[in-house]
Amino acid sequence: MSSLEKRLAAEKRFKFYGMFAMTLSLFFVLILMYKIFSTGSGAFVRTTINADVYFDPNFIEVSSNSSKKEIMKASYVDLADQVINQNHPGLDEENFIKVREMYTRKFDYQLRDYIANNPNVIGKTVNLDISASSDLDQIVKGNYPRNVPEAQRKINDYQLSILDSLDSKGKMSKTFNFWFFTNGDSRDPETAGILGALMGSFYALLICFSFAFPIGLLASVYLEEFVKPGKITDIIEVNINNLAAVPSIVYGLLGLGMLIGVFGMPYQVPLVGGLVLGFMTLPTIIIASRASLRGVPPSIREGALAVGATKMQTVFHHVIPLSLPGTLTGTIIGMAQALGETAPLLLVGMVAFVMEIPGGAFDPATGLPSQIYLWSESAERGFLEKTSAGIMLLLSFLIIMNTVAVLVRRKLEVKW
Amino acid sequence: MKKSMLTFLALAVSVLFSAETFARDQINIVGSSTVYPYGTVNAQRLGESGFKTPTYNPIGTGGGMKAFCAGVGVEFPDITGASRPMKAKEAKLCLEAGVTNVIEVMWANDGITFSHSNEAEPFSLTREEIFTAMAAKVVVDGEVVENPYQTWNEINPSLPAYKIEVLVAPPTSGTRDAFDGKVMEAGCTLEAVTGSDDGCTDYREDGKIIEMGENDTLIVQKLVEDPERFGYFGYSYLKDNGDKLQPSTVEGVVPSAESIATYEYPMARPLFIYLKADHIGVVPGIQEFAQMMVSDEAIGDNGYLTKIGAAPMVPDLINRVRNVTDSLDAMGFDIAACAEKKHPLKDAGYAFSSGLCK
Repeated sequence: MSSLEKRLAAEKRFKFYGMFAMTLSLFFVLILMYKIFSTGSGAFVRTTINADVYFDPNFIEVSSNSSKKEIMKASYVDLADQVINQNHPGLDEENFIKVREMYTRKFDYQLRDYIANNPNVIGKTVNLDISASSDLDQIVKGNYPRNVPEAQRKINDYQLSILDSLDSKGKMSKTFNFWFFTNGDSRDPETAGILGALMGSFYALLICFSFAFPIGLLASVYLEEFVKPGKITDIIEVNINNLAAVPSIVYGLLGLGMLIGVFGMPYQVPLVGGLVLGFMTLPTIIIASRASLRGVPPSIREGALAVGATKMQTVFHHVIPLSLPGTLTGTIIGMAQALGETAPLLLVGMVAFVMEIPGGAFDPATGLPSQIYLWSESAERGFLEKTSAGIMLLLSFLIIMNTVAVLVRRKLEVKW
Repeated sequence: MKKSMLTFLALAVSVLFSAETFARDQINIVGSSTVYPYGTVNAQRLGESGFKTPTYNPIGTGGGMKAFCAGVGVEFPDITGASRPMKAKEAKLCLEAGVTNVIEVMWANDGITFSHSNEAEPFSLTREEIFTAMAAKVVVDGEVVENPYQTWNEINPSLPAYKIEVLVAPPTSGTRDAFDGKVMEAGCTLEAVTGSDDGCTDYREDGKIIEMGENDTLIVQKLVEDPERFGYFGYSYLKDNGDKLQPSTVEGVVPSAESIATYEYPMARPLFIYLKADHIGVVPGIQEFAQMMVSDEAIGDNGYLTKIGAAPMVPDLINRVRNVTDSLDAMGFDIAACAEKKHPLKDAGYAFSSGLCK
């Protein structure tokens, strides 16, 4: 073989290896995505049972004239039981409990919310889609097999027969599960939502940004523009690079020891979680910011200095604005990393059952990744799809943040 | 650009600090991941009754005790869940930190199930057989040797020839402590030869015993992947995964709500929550939480905790614990005494008595 043929063959082989590597990694990503999407998509729909609801004034403590506050405070448990009796006439006590279990436990809340929105409905009959319980939902979706022995099922044979008769009458349907986006965590899988964790992550990231961005920017400006390079800056540089590579759990320990232990900050709040994530993001921001400050040509600085600007004016009027796209890109990528971090949250207690949606950085909260972890630990079958749906949401936020980072760089970047 | 940045920062700071500060009106629970499903369901019910819904941080029984015993004050947890009784060592920890008023609430029973995939053949085991499969050192022909067994039928010819492989909980887990006490120590054959119970709870280290995290769902997945594998966890996980797993009968008894409640099933154990009495009245709802947890609605025949796997206690104990939660009288449970290994029920003759304040 001639030398040319050999070299061309080598090139061909190399191309093939490259293709193979790429296809393999794509294949794994696809498997992962398929697994997540196929289990997670179920969380976005929920099974409902169609029923005629007579808002019997005898079972409602409030009237059409009551204020919204009174309506929200009243109990609708009796009304819910009454609705089941009407739609399934002739049940004895034992069977009534079985049928009641097919509907969501929060049935009375659903009725309450409906009355609150339509106070005039009292005394009238309305056709409503009522949410099924999670156990029934999982059977209908096929996530829990119905052909196993009765003792191994949470929905027994009697309930299955009711389900089949409802189904044959066309009463079973599916609706979009908006609760997943508007509710906090719950131990009833059908009403569990991600909003609490989302707000927890939002507050934590807000703290993280407010802490890490100004400090990171100032530190890098000082290091790049004001200090003469020397031994000390070298030591600092090595340390910053080092810190960027420290595993996140170490920052969690720092937060636990320093912020909670020494400063007595509260446990499981976004304030502490955000500060810890801020420590973690700080080196990333400093490195990105220094790199982009270095990218601003010296002629800009010299021009400003030549017309009589002070060093500070030069930096703040010219250098920082020009370097901002790079800094922001680094910051967004750092924040995206922080959003997906679980280990530091674990150590500062942001892994907990929290039902109430946090209203600020001082309220107990979980973060998105820790909520996913908690759901993955739960025994109920209904949480399996919630886990995957949570991952889908987290992935889409990461994709959005990283896309914004790319767009910011494209849009604002100045070519010299 | 600079100005908008500043306004954003100011806005961010004001949003964050407008929220309430450090005082707490929401109960903070830590502790066992076995108690987590029950504690959180109960927390949700408390939330529905008008209180703020408590938070529950599942850091394990041991971790929970450590956090709970760290001190008195709003920055420390109010309640800890435990899947085994408080140890004397932990009571000392509480004493040293000034946590002297603790109320013990024993509220239900749970059974540790030794389970595997229901695609495999069912197992009927004794505790001695489980010990022999899992311990580092066992007795063969009257001598203590490194565990030589590779398959179950080598231990007992009537068992299937499955390889020995068991997934176990981490050392911080109360389930592991309980399993070690109920099975490894109870089935231990070393004592007869060596005269001491040293080494009874040492698992073998040749790769047949695999330590998992606190995540029981992961254990369930791993058991389904390989039908010859075994794992142990609380009864509620078995109940929710009845389509995938089967429990082994132990000493001829199948784990069920009844056999656990009567302690006929040898791996039954009591579950606890511990209340910090000094917090009652400071953080609202602590007493109500405990009362709800032991109410008939929760642990009665069709109770909301019974339905997800908690087994009720005998009537004597139920009445006793209701008395405790209603009067907030610890009925003889005292941290200082517990640190000395004393407990009012220690000589009461219950199956779990010897494990109290150990």
